[in-house]
Amino acid sequence: MFKIVRKVVLAPALKLFEVLAPDIAARVQPGQFIILRMNERGERIPLTVADFDRSLGLITLIFQEVGRSTIDLGQMEVEDYILDVVGPLGMASPIEKLGRVVCIGGGVGVAPVYPITRALKQAGNEVISIIGARSQDYLILTDEMQAVSDSLLIATDDGSAGEKGFVTDMLRKIIENNGQVDLVMAIGPLPMMKAVAELTQPYGIKTMVSMNTIMVDGTGMCGACRVAVGDKTMFACVDGPEFDGHLVDWNIAEMRARMFEKEEKTAMGACSCGGDGQCQKQKK
Amino acid sequence: MSEAKKIRPPRQSMPLQDAQERIKHFTEVALGYTEEQALLEASRCLQCKKPLCVEGCPVEVDIPAFIKLIEEKDYAQAIAKIKEKNNLPGICGRVCPQESQCEKQCIVGKKGQPVAIGRMERFAADWTVANNLQFDKVQPTGKKVAIVGSGPSGLTAAADLAMLGHEVIVMEALHIPGGVLVYGIPEFRLPKSIVRQEIDNIKKLGVEIQTNMVVGKINTVDELLESGYDAVFVGTGAGLPYFMDIPGENYNGVYSANEFLTRTNLMKGYLFPEYLTPIRIGPKVAVIGAGNVAMDSARTALRLGATESTIVYRRSEKEMPARSEEIEHAVEEGVQFALLTSPVEIIGDENGRVKAMVCQEYELGEPDNSGRRRPVPIADSEYIMEIDTVIMAIGQGPNPLIAQTTPDLQINKNGNIIADESTGQTNKPGLFAGGDIVTGAATVILAMGAGKKAARAIHEYLSKI
Repeated sequence: MFKIVRKVVLAPALKLFEVLAPDIAARVQPGQFIILRMNERGERIPLTVADFDRSLGLITLIFQEVGRSTIDLGQMEVEDYILDVVGPLGMASPIEKLGRVVCIGGGVGVAPVYPITRALKQAGNEVISIIGARSQDYLILTDEMQAVSDSLLIATDDGSAGEKGFVTDMLRKIIENNGQVDLVMAIGPLPMMKAVAELTQPYGIKTMVSMNTIMVDGTGMCGACRVAVGDKTMFACVDGPEFDGHLVDWNIAEMRARMFEKEEKTAMGACSCGGDGQCQKQKK
Repeated sequence: MSEAKKIRPPRQSMPLQDAQERIKHFTEVALGYTEEQALLEASRCLQCKKPLCVEGCPVEVDIPAFIKLIEEKDYAQAIAKIKEKNNLPGICGRVCPQESQCEKQCIVGKKGQPVAIGRMERFAADWTVANNLQFDKVQPTGKKVAIVGSGPSGLTAAADLAMLGHEVIVMEALHIPGGVLVYGIPEFRLPKSIVRQEIDNIKKLGVEIQTNMVVGKINTVDELLESGYDAVFVGTGAGLPYFMDIPGENYNGVYSANEFLTRTNLMKGYLFPEYLTPIRIGPKVAVIGAGNVAMDSARTALRLGATESTIVYRRSEKEMPARSEEIEHAVEEGVQFALLTSPVEIIGDENGRVKAMVCQEYELGEPDNSGRRRPVPIADSEYIMEIDTVIMAIGQGPNPLIAQTTPDLQINKNGNIIADESTGQTNKPGLFAGGDIVTGAATVILAMGAGKKAARAIHEYLSKI
């Protein structure tokens, strides 16, 4: 049982939990994830660790309510216990001093990119960060990203904060105006990561992305998280979650993300509220 | 008993749920002997002075002795006799391939049907569960052992070591213990309540089980050995699914058998959306392979609502590696067989969902290394099989996590840990291994046998340090 000690609603449908998990907090590295199971009937949900405090034994999880399981999870409160948390899973981000790196987080993807950004900064890199969201209301971890970056750029779809446009628009400017970029680290929705990879490819800039695939066990046992990388099939849970964005087959990734579209609707419909969100409104 | 030669009753057949009824749900297919049947079956045993059946048992259960106790209606002593050697009798009674082990050696079987040892083992185990027997703890030795993995080998090693007085902590990666017994073998063949009860009994021996512990990630074997554990046993199984490496395998609708069975069994996907893990199958399901895992997958597919469930296998019926009982049950339930056939490509629709397989036909050639006749593709025999779901059940490899994080541990070219067959000793002092992680994918009972041998060797090792 894993106690929730802090809960913050960061943005609409975007929540942060600090969870007491000392063994995981002692061990986790930037880029790694955990899998949680909220209760007996719950799915195993993979979530990247957004932050950790080794001395207090805490891990920070940030998630977007996108379906039944994450909506149910968002109903949990401080002092509630998550039934199962397992980790750290996956490979840690390789952190090296490369020179000039650009860290990009889109939407909830800012959460996993934050500890990697911090580590890259600590390793002595010049770090330019770009974070993007639909609008100002959906921007998260702005201060935290600012604190670990040499410069922080913000892009919103509607221009309500930072510049109007996409993270790729800003990345293009950086590449075209300032020259040398040694690494791009991009985490966000599949279309964003794909667009970043397509942008950097002609320039030959090494681009790493983090694949938030469907998973079950998270230990290499089931293969639900298959990602086509170059001519190989890799498992995101044990070989990743980070892969070379230029080698990922984005069509297959997008297709596999839709595997359970129909069942996701069924699960929503089976909620006590009948899927219209009443259960959450009552709670509020 | 009179001097006159006893008239031996026929081998008691296992009461089964009706095939057409049972494919509608996941409740257990084999219902178990009644007391009357168990007594009749027990009377068939010759009580051989030199029982060959015991030699056929990887964990050396004193088979004639427990059968005699059943015959005497002393069921508590019967199960105690079994438990001297085997702490998972309810599981073994159900899933052991007795026909190729103890029952294969049975003298009664030389002229007729062998004594149904497995079914009586199950009867005794189920009787104990119903009557909630307790077992005593023993004097502690002060030695501490970590067991990595809570599958058949790990549980057996844990129970044996606890009975010898050692402190035993089992570390399991998943959220419930049991390994393949809970994620792999379906409810209708091995009810999870049985697994839970047998594990609870092992806990009563003093064994502690920690779930959500991925050794290799949260800690390493070396750290365990440095932090107060006197020995470590690795029984992490064959958890790495193989795919065929053919075009189209990443389309939606292609599952590894591990994923398909884990979603269904461990996550209770068959109860979706009451349980929230989904499992999707189309009306037409093809299962590639013909081992026990393939049979489990094909039969599970029927229960999830498939209208056609077909085993696709590149050799012939004779070479199918599954237990004959599993094949019979699959046939009874309506599983179809496309033999001497194997897919060469999977075809998807515009949404990336499986819609067909290109299959190739095979014929059998000369025997290969395994002694089975090698399947040889027939030229220009390709044809299209329309299909909605493909389940790859062509075997599993060793999970590489322990090997990757234990730098000086010796492994073979397949990634299996190299360990002494009779002791489980690896090249590292204090580190033992057994079960599928050493042998490659095999059976529950062979893994248990390895756990038992390792427990013996670990005990010896602990007595010396």
